[in-house]
Amino acid sequence: MSESQLLRFSTAGSVDDGKSTLIGRLLFEAKGVYEDQMASLQKSSINRSTGPIDFSLLTDGLRAEREQGITIDVAYRYFATPKRKFIIADTPGHEQYTRNMATGASTADLAIVLIDARKGVLPQSRRHAYIASLLGIPYIAVAVNKMDLVEFSETVFDQIQKDFSAYAKDIGLKNLAFFPISALDGDNIVERSARTPWFKGTPLLEHLESAPVAEDRNFTELRFPVQYVIRPNLDFRGFAGQLASGVLKPGDEVMSLPAGRVTRVKELPTFDGPLKEAFPPMSITVVLEDEIDLSRGDMLVDPNHVPHVSRRFAAKLVWMLDEAGGPNRTYLLKHATQTVPCEIRRIRHRVDINTLENVQAEKLELNEIAAVVMETRRPLYFDAYSKNRAMGAFILIDPISNLTVAAGMIEESTPESVEPLQLRNLEFVGEANESATGTQLTNAERFARAGHYPATVWLTARRAVAYLLERRLFDLGCQVHVLADDSESHLLPELSRVLSNAGLIAICSIASPDPSERDRAAGFAAANRFLEVPAKELPARDDDAVEVIIKRLEDLGVLRRKDRFERGEGI
Amino acid sequence: MDSRTLSHLRALEAESIHIMREVVAEFAKPVMLYSIGKDSSVMVRLAQKAFFPGKLPFPLLHVDTTYKFQEMIEFRDQFAKDLGAELIVHTNQKAIDEGANPFKLGTSKCCALLKTRALLDALEAGGYDAAFGGARRDEEKSRAKERVFSFRDKFGQWDPKSQRPELWSLYNSKVEKGESIRVFPLSNWTEMDVWAYIELENIPIVPLYYAKEREMVVRGNQLIPLEHNMPLAPGEKPQMIMSRMRSLGCTFCTGGIASDADTMPKIINELVQFRRSERENRIIDHDQEGSMELKKREGYF
Ligand SMILES: Nc1nc2c(ncn2[C@@H]2O[C@H](COP(=O)(O)OP(=O)(O)O)[C@@H](O)[C@H]2O)c(=O)[nH]1
Repeated sequence: MSESQLLRFSTAGSVDDGKSTLIGRLLFEAKGVYEDQMASLQKSSINRSTGPIDFSLLTDGLRAEREQGITIDVAYRYFATPKRKFIIADTPGHEQYTRNMATGASTADLAIVLIDARKGVLPQSRRHAYIASLLGIPYIAVAVNKMDLVEFSETVFDQIQKDFSAYAKDIGLKNLAFFPISALDGDNIVERSARTPWFKGTPLLEHLESAPVAEDRNFTELRFPVQYVIRPNLDFRGFAGQLASGVLKPGDEVMSLPAGRVTRVKELPTFDGPLKEAFPPMSITVVLEDEIDLSRGDMLVDPNHVPHVSRRFAAKLVWMLDEAGGPNRTYLLKHATQTVPCEIRRIRHRVDINTLENVQAEKLELNEIAAVVMETRRPLYFDAYSKNRAMGAFILIDPISNLTVAAGMIEESTPESVEPLQLRNLEFVGEANESATGTQLTNAERFARAGHYPATVWLTARRAVAYLLERRLFDLGCQVHVLADDSESHLLPELSRVLSNAGLIAICSIASPDPSERDRAAGFAAANRFLEVPAKELPARDDDAVEVIIKRLEDLGVLRRKDRFERGEGI
Repeated sequence: MDSRTLSHLRALEAESIHIMREVVAEFAKPVMLYSIGKDSSVMVRLAQKAFFPGKLPFPLLHVDTTYKFQEMIEFRDQFAKDLGAELIVHTNQKAIDEGANPFKLGTSKCCALLKTRALLDALEAGGYDAAFGGARRDEEKSRAKERVFSFRDKFGQWDPKSQRPELWSLYNSKVEKGESIRVFPLSNWTEMDVWAYIELENIPIVPLYYAKEREMVVRGNQLIPLEHNMPLAPGEKPQMIMSRMRSLGCTFCTGGIASDADTMPKIINELVQFRRSERENRIIDHDQEGSMELKKREGYF
């Protein structure tokens, strides 16, 4: 009993597809229906259907809804079998379906999509499938219900399976399973039905008991958002939080964000004694070997697989408020354990959930889904939602009404929207200047925006090479500027320092080389961030010369490798 | 089972701990409502785990109607002492002085004054902006849609029609001054989970949960314990009955069940044998269909 697993699933179907009946049936079959709830059912004043027991009334909730005879909010139900405990997020199929379905789907390991056998795959069924894929539910069980009303026809079932599978492929849904059922009569719910001898699969409940959901968890890339610091006395400093992904053991090397410091795990203390190993979704406390000052919102990550660090990223939003929203307004964004002010930079397009077409949009209305570019005031540490749900999910809160206005899923990085970073061994030019000048910007933020390291290129070659290099670097997405020594050559070292501090690549084009100026400029630049290219080392053609310089910048680690850069990946 | 899969109890534990830490990190002045019942016992254990090796970073608040079982009060005081936790006990003394009891006022009115009003007063007096409660979604129909972070307006009231959507484990904790959040870390636990966890963790609970010979009267299909000089109806006779409580409230309004489950495994076994929803024996829920929802709108947990 205490060793059974937990499975969270959501259910979706159009009105009257039999969702309530199915859930009631599952609860009933699992003996989850308590005797007295049954008793109160029988005396319930409103009864919508004619059968002896209306299972669907088991899943009704609030008074207002009962009076209207509809369900308008997500309701959570529980039942257990000896193998698993189940949490059902029961989401209504009509009014507010997108908002509610998204809510129910957000925590689900599996979704049951109901289809009425008589009606086949309807636009609503497609919507449900799309939301399941948007919210990244790993397993989909398609329950073809009311098979009793189509004489348990294999042909009908096959057609629905074919139609749904085709659509699922389009939207990238995986792990589909189909079940010909009658929620009313109980066919293929607990036991294989004698009325569907052609059906070779398992009954629905058995599928729920065995879908290998936990295997999909990410045990490789450590992501530990610091939620709270436990500091009962001066000798103990523990970082508390829920492990989002990866495995953590004492002795493991971890990197802290945003500082980029690498240290080791000393201990994983708990009320029940120290842990040998922690894995998601455990809530743990981490004690580090070095005295590192971390606070809520910071993160411990795998130094070899760092997340994206950026203030700008692409995301899908589901709008949840009946008041429209969009760019040019400040919202609060809550991601992992950080809450930061943000703006929707722009709406790239809205997704028409019925046709899956991209539509131009200026604002977002209730239940609409859109692809947007977000910009936060401080950098977030994130992964794409499709790779890591906990690291790619966020909500938007209206700072005036305090209402939750949208749910967001961060998308795969693309060069236009996301600047992935490699933070290991990062040295910033003028690191010490941050506190001295009183600037509120950190070098990490500058770096996040630029997408490359600052550097000074000391070029004694032809001026044309300098400008061509500037062109090429600019096209690669770099922030770059040519400084020519025509008049005020003695200022070049200072100017290059200013540009570096601002995170740029400064190309110093030198007509009359002066060793003391070169030394001063090199002294201002951080180690490995000064590149001197004597004219005699460069090929004759400008193009070739620029190629050589870019190659050397890559080798220095100033630029990400070009091919990867173009794919939008890190170094 | 795979060694990197949590059992369902450990998964629920992890979720509850996450919720508690989130509240302590994001609110200025949280408090934990402590009802002395089994759910409270579990909630406190989870809090100990969440903040280990530190102490509970919030006080426990007990709303005492003065009609609690003597065994509950003794247990409460010992429990808080053993824990080293700060315990605040609040009573609506004015109503008690005016003679509030369920026989005079009816159960609804009595609860409204001694529980709901008292709770709201205590929360306001303490200036708490977040209050943990041990309610579970499986307890009763109207709770199935309750959020983990449940928003309350300046009057402590709950509006079932405008709840904030709650996605992933990203809880919206924004409130204005005077508004508050009720937090239910056990939302996803069932009665069975609570018992199984109590057994697994060896958590102390009030002895009333274990069966023994108790003085009871049989009223309708309810067993009513005799305490606080409960008035008897004509023809009612107290009898010694081997019985126990499935949930704890006030003596007048908590029905017992005939049972010989005097150990934890027997209790769990009994639960498996006949699953009566635990609230069947709380008379208040039978007042009116949907009565729990009405109470909740007014601020009752
Ligand atoms: N014949 C038949 N009727 C069903 C089946 N499942 C549900 N129904 C009926 O379809 C109607 C709608 O069911 P309900 O569960 O309320 O649908 P919901 O709106 O999706 O929750 C009710 O009258 C049910 O009794 C089934 O498998 N076979």
